[in-house]
Amino acid sequence: MSKLTPVLSAHWDERDSHTLAGYQRHGGYNAMKKALAMDPDAVIQMVKDSGLRGRGGAGFPTGNKWGFIPQGDNKDHYLVVNADESEPGTCKDTPLLMANPHVLVEGVIISSYAIRAKHAFIYIRGEVTHVTRRMLQAIEDAYKAGFLGKNILGKGFDLELTLHIGAGAYICGEETALLDSLEGFRGQPRLRPPFPAIAGLYARPTVVNNVESIASVPAIIDKGAEWFASLGTEKSKGFTLFSLSGHVNNPGQFEAPLGITLRELLELAGGVRTGHRLKFWTPGGSSTPIFTDAHLDTPLDYESVSAAGSMLGTKALQIFDETTCVLRAVLRWTEFYKHESCGKCTPCREGTWWLVQILRDLENGKGSEADLAKLLDICDNLLGRSFCALGDGAASPIMSSIMYFRDEYIAHLTNGGCPFDPVASTLFASSKAGA
Amino acid sequence: MQPQTDLITLIIDGFEITVPKGTLVIRAAEQLGIQIPRFCDHPLLSPVGACRQCLVDIEINGRAFPKPQASCTIPVENGMVVKTQLTSEVAHKAQEGVMEFLLVNHPLDCPVCDKGGECPLQNQAMTNGRGESRFEGKKRTFEKPLHISSQVLLDRERCILCARCTRFSKEIAGDPFIDMGERGALQQVAIYEKDPFDSYFSGNTVQICPVGALTGAAYRFRSRPFDLVSTPSVCEHCASGCSLRTDVRRNKTLRRLAGNDPEVNEEWNCDKGRWAFQYTMAKDRITTPLIRENGVLREASWPEAIAAATKGLQGKKAGVLVGGRTTVEDAYAYAKFARVALGTNDVDFRSRPHSDEEREFLAAFVAGSKVRYSDIDVADHVVLVGFEPEEESPIVFLRIRKQVSKRGLAVTAISSWNTRGFKKLGAKYVGVVPGSEANAISALTLTNQSVIVVGERLSESTGALSAVAEIASKSGAKIAWVPRRAGERGALEAGAIGNLLPGARPVADAAARVDVAAAWSVDSLPATIGLDSKAILAAAAKGEIQALVVGGVDPFDMHDPDFAGLDSAFLLSLEMRPSAITERADVVLPVASVVEKSGSFMSWEGRTRTFEQALPESVYQSDLYLLSLIADSLGAPLGFNTVRGAAREFGTLANWDGARTTFSRKSTSASATTTVLASWRQLLDNGSLQINEPNLSGTARKAVARINAKFAQSLGVADGDLVTVSTDHGALSLNVEISDVVDNVVWLPRNAVASQSLRMLGALNGAEVKVRKGL
Repeated sequence: MSKLTPVLSAHWDERDSHTLAGYQRHGGYNAMKKALAMDPDAVIQMVKDSGLRGRGGAGFPTGNKWGFIPQGDNKDHYLVVNADESEPGTCKDTPLLMANPHVLVEGVIISSYAIRAKHAFIYIRGEVTHVTRRMLQAIEDAYKAGFLGKNILGKGFDLELTLHIGAGAYICGEETALLDSLEGFRGQPRLRPPFPAIAGLYARPTVVNNVESIASVPAIIDKGAEWFASLGTEKSKGFTLFSLSGHVNNPGQFEAPLGITLRELLELAGGVRTGHRLKFWTPGGSSTPIFTDAHLDTPLDYESVSAAGSMLGTKALQIFDETTCVLRAVLRWTEFYKHESCGKCTPCREGTWWLVQILRDLENGKGSEADLAKLLDICDNLLGRSFCALGDGAASPIMSSIMYFRDEYIAHLTNGGCPFDPVASTLFASSKAGA
Repeated sequence: MQPQTDLITLIIDGFEITVPKGTLVIRAAEQLGIQIPRFCDHPLLSPVGACRQCLVDIEINGRAFPKPQASCTIPVENGMVVKTQLTSEVAHKAQEGVMEFLLVNHPLDCPVCDKGGECPLQNQAMTNGRGESRFEGKKRTFEKPLHISSQVLLDRERCILCARCTRFSKEIAGDPFIDMGERGALQQVAIYEKDPFDSYFSGNTVQICPVGALTGAAYRFRSRPFDLVSTPSVCEHCASGCSLRTDVRRNKTLRRLAGNDPEVNEEWNCDKGRWAFQYTMAKDRITTPLIRENGVLREASWPEAIAAATKGLQGKKAGVLVGGRTTVEDAYAYAKFARVALGTNDVDFRSRPHSDEEREFLAAFVAGSKVRYSDIDVADHVVLVGFEPEEESPIVFLRIRKQVSKRGLAVTAISSWNTRGFKKLGAKYVGVVPGSEANAISALTLTNQSVIVVGERLSESTGALSAVAEIASKSGAKIAWVPRRAGERGALEAGAIGNLLPGARPVADAAARVDVAAAWSVDSLPATIGLDSKAILAAAAKGEIQALVVGGVDPFDMHDPDFAGLDSAFLLSLEMRPSAITERADVVLPVASVVEKSGSFMSWEGRTRTFEQALPESVYQSDLYLLSLIADSLGAPLGFNTVRGAAREFGTLANWDGARTTFSRKSTSASATTTVLASWRQLLDNGSLQINEPNLSGTARKAVARINAKFAQSLGVADGDLVTVSTDHGALSLNVEISDVVDNVVWLPRNAVASQSLRMLGALNGAEVKVRKGL
């Protein structure tokens, strides 16, 4: 019996899964009808009861977040969906929206109804034009079907849905930077408090949720909170998308209950690149501390991953086999963080600038073992000292990689450069080997 | 006073402290004398938490934050235990780490940087940084410097991106013309491509920059801070009353900075107050006494000049024109000199358009009154009439704007042009044709919490001050009279006006005269109410007055001055630089500028602002000393010859508790149906105290003629076209800028190089003018 629990991805293999007809063929928008017949507070309670936690990385309980919105305050409320997926390795929302945009639209309608928002926004990553087109089509179709706009289903509920296309900044995935960007300002994180639930978009109570979190709502309404809570682990309930990429034979999305292990997921994905073995991997994208083959059986839920010293994050499992130089991978990530640092706070702005220079020197065999201590100390001064979590993300891969692969760092120094053949880790190297 | 808010008790580094709720941890620590290092934090700007230098360890009721917190963004809470760098190794290391990061990209050019020696980065790198940097890589560099305006330069590589300057410009000045651009280590302060940093308050960004990234063009590379001698001083440019600091090196003023006075200017000042002081060092300063001989002024010794002045005044009927720029003590000396030495009340400080209505208004409602900045802070409504605060008293503007931003204070502007300044205040604009302000004032609904801010030029609108007086007495609203010049309010209180003796004592009141005569040890004082400035000149022209004592007056500031009187009477001029007065004077006595003497100004609030001599080695004497010499020589001594002596004597006269003068209401004249003029001075213009400041004048607003679109269409002109405005007196030509001006009104700058409406057109506000297309 497969460990997969396809819900969001259940019909991705159908040619018209992205269309309204394709979505409705399998009961799409029934959850909306059910929810709109409920009291909004009952919808919030149901999501609370399901135990759904934010799928964007932090894992904050979604129902609780909705509960923070003050009700009866005579203010406009907003729902903002964070579709600015741009972390290296993270690739779940893009295929989800490509294959099934209507599940997000339905989730938006139910969630907005619950928090009494009359206007919802989807902030989508600007580079994914193909997804943007599908999303726009889905929204247009939903309007035509009367699921969006005025007096939805005759229930007196009005909802406008706006798709906003981001301009390509990683920082805009940080929820308050996203709100600034959505308001037309430069995307930089805001000082909290006030939290978005009190003063978010246009200083109004706002819920900001990840695509997958909102897309999970229709299934909870449809099949019930108990059903959802019966999946996963005690504190990490439900199913989720695990994205396997890198040195794996069948990369892709694997929808499974929280608590599954990498060993199990690798079996589903056809194993590590044939002829090679697992060296290190990220449990949740490039900003989470790396794991090694020692963590193959760590349950992939929020608590277990955290206890093992990393974070579940976006469940983006990047698999690296033994042909990969860990220093090379970490340097490329660090270059990404340097490029994407918004510049607002000192540790992230200056720290990433500095870290890249030291890592480049180390990659070229320049420096000494003392530089490793320096590197770790700089990371220590960066981690937890920056304005937002982006700085933590920049420090994590460096610290964890030195912890697990210190010898490999030193080998660069003794070798006078990188001891690895970078070609060996490429895809074309394996296809050549296979030929 | 605001009621005391809830109090919070917390522990910082083992010391218990109780502070008002809402206090930030970094402020609470300051009260204990614990200095947490900081860069982006500024008590008058909103917290941003960007530099991360102020990280401390915090726990609340035993629950510790997992990581150090920025103490500049966290308000205190009961049960909070804060450990700063003094008691927490984690906080100490975090701060050292952030400091090291800040220095990663900061150039080591302290030896050539203006900020070196007074640099928060330099200082805190020493107190809270590592001894040595571990950074061995490449620093980012930028082209330098960037001229973000003619007076502010930006060296981007020095910038630590604390966003103080951008927050100041956005939050305080309301001129968001600088903002952050780019990202990461390439983030930088930037201006918009086509809009330079167009702000009257830009100098404050230079002052609050915690590094040498922003520098003033005039001071750049001029001096080292440790070579400067600083003297607390007061701004002489307008009636706002800003506290300043004057920095002098080897008897030369090198710069002026805003002083910190929470009740007045907080920590800000305007660019004129900061950067207009070269006039004191002008090459054409008059350095010795001058006597006219055979029609030509020649240098003379002091005894000779005093003797000539005495001779010229002796036994003559004389008048005194004081001007609006004297200190309180000097004005007091002029007021006493007129009464005691010359035996007349013909003395007036108003060297600008003025009216009898105004003089009565000042005597009845302004002299002795104490409306304060703090009244703006609690006002329910501020009405601006005959007054554009950003142009005419910038700190009043900032204070109103603060309340507008903080609590949505309602502002109404009665004016002929809806200016940028009014728009920044979110003011309700009531457009009126100049001359018809009275109707708009009478139509207001005010309460006893309202403040009516009246500018000096409202005197040009007959009946308007009467309407102000009426609505104020009806509603209990406070009247704030804000003259442009720094000396006017002090001169009013000192009695340098024909209807008042010192301390708001009415000349017409016998008891008041006795009061002053007793204090001055004279038998009696002249009882006839004196002439005003214009009437004094007219009387001189008719020979009714045969001698004039003139201190710091430019006759072109007046409306249609009678030069014949200046030519025919004996003219004693006390002046700094050659002027239209010294050209005609028989005796000229050089006087000290504000940096060369001590004294005090009285702000528009009636607040005495005392300052010390910044240049102790100056050879110049104050007006009051010279007047005392002449008075002695005339046999009618003033009884003092020092600033302190004058201040002490004036102090004894300060409170008149008798009846005030009564005010007779003037009715307004009907407004014209033809084209009329609206005109006032802008902050930066052709003013004589702004000479030799090319960087400052580069940010003056362009002199343009403003008319509305309808008027422009009827003239067949578009933006940028030339128009000529003329009267019987003369004409001037300017380019048009279509603006939010009322119908049939043309607005002109009153004292731009190319637009001096009084001198060139002889026209007051509300005067009929002709406007035509082209030259």
